Amino acid sequence: MPSLTLNHLHPGDTATIVSVHTEEALHQRLLALGFRSGKQIELIRKASFSGPLQVRIGTTDVLLRRSEAAKIKVCRP
Amino acid sequence: MKRIALLGMPNTGKSTLFNRLTGGAARVGNWPGITVELLSGKILLGSDIVEIIDLPGIYDLHGFSDDEQVVRHFLHDNVPDLALVILNATQIERQMSLLLQLKQLNMNIVVLLNMADEAKKYGITIDSRKMTEMLGMPIFLISGKYGSGYPETLQAITKALRYPTPGMAEQLRSQLEQDEHIESEMTRVLRHAVQIPAQLPENLTDKLDRVMLHPWLGLPIFFGIMYLLFQGIFFVGQPLQVWVGEALNWLRASALDPAFAGLPAWFSGLLLDGVYNGVATVATFVPIIILFFLFMAMVEDSGYLSRAAFLMDALMAKMGLDGRGFVMLLMGFGCNVPALMGTRVMRSRSLRLLTMLVIPFSLCSARLQVFVFITAALFSAKAAPVVLFSLYLFSFTAAILTALLFRKNFRNNEPFVLELPPYRFPTARQMMLRGWLEVNHFLRRATQFIVAGVVLVWLLTNLPPSAAPASADTLAGMIGGFLDPVFAPLGINEQLTIALIFGFVAKEIVIGSLAVIYGMTGDALGGALGQHLDWVQAYSFMLFTLIYTPCLSAIATLRSESKDLRYTLLTISWSLGLAWIVSFIFYQGARALGY
Repeated sequence: MPSLTLNHLHPGDTATIVSVHTEEALHQRLLALGFRSGKQIELIRKASFSGPLQVRIGTTDVLLRRSEAAKIKVCRP
Repeated sequence: MKRIALLGMPNTGKSTLFNRLTGGAARVGNWPGITVELLSGKILLGSDIVEIIDLPGIYDLHGFSDDEQVVRHFLHDNVPDLALVILNATQIERQMSLLLQLKQLNMNIVVLLNMADEAKKYGITIDSRKMTEMLGMPIFLISGKYGSGYPETLQAITKALRYPTPGMAEQLRSQLEQDEHIESEMTRVLRHAVQIPAQLPENLTDKLDRVMLHPWLGLPIFFGIMYLLFQGIFFVGQPLQVWVGEALNWLRASALDPAFAGLPAWFSGLLLDGVYNGVATVATFVPIIILFFLFMAMVEDSGYLSRAAFLMDALMAKMGLDGRGFVMLLMGFGCNVPALMGTRVMRSRSLRLLTMLVIPFSLCSARLQVFVFITAALFSAKAAPVVLFSLYLFSFTAAILTALLFRKNFRNNEPFVLELPPYRFPTARQMMLRGWLEVNHFLRRATQFIVAGVVLVWLLTNLPPSAAPASADTLAGMIGGFLDPVFAPLGINEQLTIALIFGFVAKEIVIGSLAVIYGMTGDALGGALGQHLDWVQAYSFMLFTLIYTPCLSAIATLRSESKDLRYTLLTISWSLGLAWIVSFIFYQGARALGY
């Protein structure tokens, strides 16, 4: 299974979260938003001008910057 | 008195529920983090008066942002007799973690799964009885928006309050190793009591977002919507304003003038030319204000604000801000004060301070009144809306310029992570409540500042008694003359200078004090302004009004939120300086070009 970071997905791609590598405070916020390892995550769209990403975990949609997405490891099935 | 605290993640409907329970008027909106303050209300439950407290939303008990600390401190210092935990039923699979954290604190808890109506649409079924059994807490499905599930909830609350609080365990910052336990319990409960379809049906939100968040169309659509909203306010509001103005003039001519005829001239002058003229002129703006806030409420409730954050984040990042800062600027269009407080959701102090530095440039509804009045007096009906829109552009430009200049002093690397709620339509009830709230707010300001302000203006323009009213020999004339060297290069005359001085307190006073200075109201005042000023002077005056300090309340908020006097002085002097420079460049430039 090829492992990559969230910012490398394309709109419409679905992957599984492997691990989250951020500082403590952000890690907790992401946990509360549903970013747990083993969860399915779908990339919905990317904003233009290198803007944020819209991702979907379960029924929650979350916006996050590409720099934050680069800290989240996922694997494509 | 027993105390109930409303707890839950951001944007789960705590304030909507609070309003419903207490008949209160907490501000609600489809934006995570709209509540930043504690609000309390009292209701009669059974035979006891109970206090209900609305708390800002928290993602978890160990959060680091200012609003999460507010909640933690509150829980620490005032252990509630009952925690009413509100979860978004459509997101139960992740929000349950907060519930389990709270459960570990051994509090008395009743759980409400809100937005049951939305969950149903998503095809999510929740067996609340099973869940109650497994978690050992009463759990109810409700819809705060439509009010279903209430009677059962109230019964359960009354019953739960009869039992003493078990007392909160000391480990409020409970250790992280418990997270694993939370996770396994979460999975267990979810597997047995909740069913979520594997693939969510494509809903209206997805369809709308495909257009609204389109890579190329998104931004033009955003600006189009804003332009249409303001055009709409102008189109509907202005005739209403004229009617109210005429009604108030008629009231004065037919009832008040005869009634006060017997009083000494100076006294009836103070009451009628001072208080009545001033307040009546300000009161004509009530319809536009209501309309404006109804539109604002629609935008805030719809969930579009988070979309605006998505669209603008890339640009805001270049200025050292983020998408939330842009949303605060938009909220500032209503009133700068709640927008300043809304920055509490930011964790980095630098980012907060930089955002609070730019928010005061947001063209708030009080300044809008000044501009509506002056553009109507000095520009053609066709040009007026365009002029008004240009002032909104200036408002953004001043904010952008400020952020770019000060970016280096407020460096931050705050991550940008934000929930995107689905689109929701506000109910008529919510809109009415919001409109009423704003009228209330306006009337409070009117009684606090506006009456005192216009009385003071009347005194300044009529004292000493030997001087002709509003002439150069009055106190106002002297002050205006003293400041003339500063304001003359901007094309701002002595009368307008007096209005600007009072505008420092609140912008609503500006038009009221002009009414007092010129001794006229409504159309007559507009006509007088039209004779005394040309459009270049008027526009320069509006630019100054737009950019200098919004009002005393905003300054007080800046001071209390930043807890830093030097920072507060910086914001005041920077905005005054920028206002002067921009007006100077505009006025001298326009004159040099021959206008």
